[in-house]
Amino acid sequence: MGDKTMTAEEVVGRLESGMTLGIGGWGARRKPMALVRALLRSGLRDLTVVSCGGPDVGMLAAAGRLRRLVTAFVTLDSIPLEPHYRAVRERGGLELAEVDEGMLLRGLEAAAHRLPFLPVRAGVGSDVMRVNPGLRTVTSPYEDGETLVAMPALRLDAALVHVHRADRLGTGQCLGPDPYFDDLFCAAADTAYVSCERIVDTAELTEKAPVESLLLRRLAVTGVVEAPNGAHFTSCAPDYERDEEFQRLYAKTPWPEFAGRFLGADEGGYRAAVAEWRKEEGR
Amino acid sequence: MRATRAEYCVIACAEAWRGAGEILASPMGLIPSLGARLARLTFAPDLLLTDGEALLVRPDGTPEGRLTFREHLTLVAGGRRHVMMGASQLDRYGSQNISCVGDWARPRRQLLGVRGASLNTLNNPTSYWIPRHSRRVFVERVDMVCGVGYDRAAALGRTARFHRLGRVVSDLGVLDFATPDHSMRLASLHPGVRVAKVREATGFDLVVPDEVPGTREPAPEELRLIREVLDPDGARERAVPEEVRG
Repeated sequence: MGDKTMTAEEVVGRLESGMTLGIGGWGARRKPMALVRALLRSGLRDLTVVSCGGPDVGMLAAAGRLRRLVTAFVTLDSIPLEPHYRAVRERGGLELAEVDEGMLLRGLEAAAHRLPFLPVRAGVGSDVMRVNPGLRTVTSPYEDGETLVAMPALRLDAALVHVHRADRLGTGQCLGPDPYFDDLFCAAADTAYVSCERIVDTAELTEKAPVESLLLRRLAVTGVVEAPNGAHFTSCAPDYERDEEFQRLYAKTPWPEFAGRFLGADEGGYRAAVAEWRKEEGR
Repeated sequence: MRATRAEYCVIACAEAWRGAGEILASPMGLIPSLGARLARLTFAPDLLLTDGEALLVRPDGTPEGRLTFREHLTLVAGGRRHVMMGASQLDRYGSQNISCVGDWARPRRQLLGVRGASLNTLNNPTSYWIPRHSRRVFVERVDMVCGVGYDRAAALGRTARFHRLGRVVSDLGVLDFATPDHSMRLASLHPGVRVAKVREATGFDLVVPDEVPGTREPAPEELRLIREVLDPDGARERAVPEEVRG
């Protein structure tokens, strides 16, 4: 059985410009930010991203790496609107496929099941149909004859997710209350890269946590990255909560200034820059 | 004990869940949350509530179940839920916009995105909370239909068989769709608000009955629960400032 541990740089090295990436987490919750930061340091561009959007989308959009975004929303949760994403949208800076949450879910499920589409009672009647002219409906072949949206599979080249623990073989453990769509993103993708707070032995995973917390099966995981604080500044409960003060700084700082101060060096450099900011602020 | 405007709003939101039975109440925002929890503590004891994350919790915080975001979407599709959403724009038939203002292709203001608004409106009862009743919100035509209104639902046939919009609570009063063509109607006024004020703050022709009742007054026990149990810090007063609006 192969050891799948690698660095965030190695993950990014396996990705290519123009790929379709699924990013796990939800809003400003348990986002694979260390992997996103590595993406930002790379030269990758023209990406299509599928995400329940938070600062992952804000940063990639602001840095000009997104060609196309598939999402139902972009938010920082405690700050409802993602300012950097807003700025890009308001200057027409990316192609958007705006779909309902229920449609996003069904699109990932369709991809995980290798189906061309799955029906969903969402989108019809709304302007989601107007802004996604490629969307088609399907009529029930049974007596009810109901018309539903045929949500096309959201097949991904790669998924990026962040969980609490993983073993070296790719078993991923979620200790928080909500897996979000993380396991679905992995199942919908040709390759899946999992960062985690800590890599532990397989046996240790279930020493104190129930087997139900094992969210990701190693057969669906390509690479494992140990990234302590790797979801920062989004929440990674119960390991840590959202860094609200830092998120406020992110939200109010012009993108070039934020990127210049925090995202220039590697992950160690990021941590050092955050620590330096905290010291200056006396926090 | 005189109730404030914010407290009338809480009561008016709570009333959205009267008689709802054993379903999930999904309030978005502070005032709807206070309303849902008040309803749960008083006249709608069978309601289920979440902690805003993945737990179903009793009013004292005791967990009584798990509801992940993914399970939540499945529950929406199953219909055992009444959601109260916000709206950046709302038209006379209840079509709602939370996505963007202006041309969708290059919006003047990017907002949240459609979220689950169409899934919500097509599958379970939906109400709305509008903290500032104005012509910017109550518009002739919304820029991006997220939540599906009655006119659009009527065109969907069987697909819209679970579509039902409950009430729209604003800082001026309560509106509903109890008209022959489901066009929005003024159902009640909060104390101190005149019909003319609501008309003035609404960007389309509102149906106004000859007699518009006042919004139900909070009972003393309801006021006590709001003030001492649900919102002792008075956050509701910052969400709906007390002012004489005429």
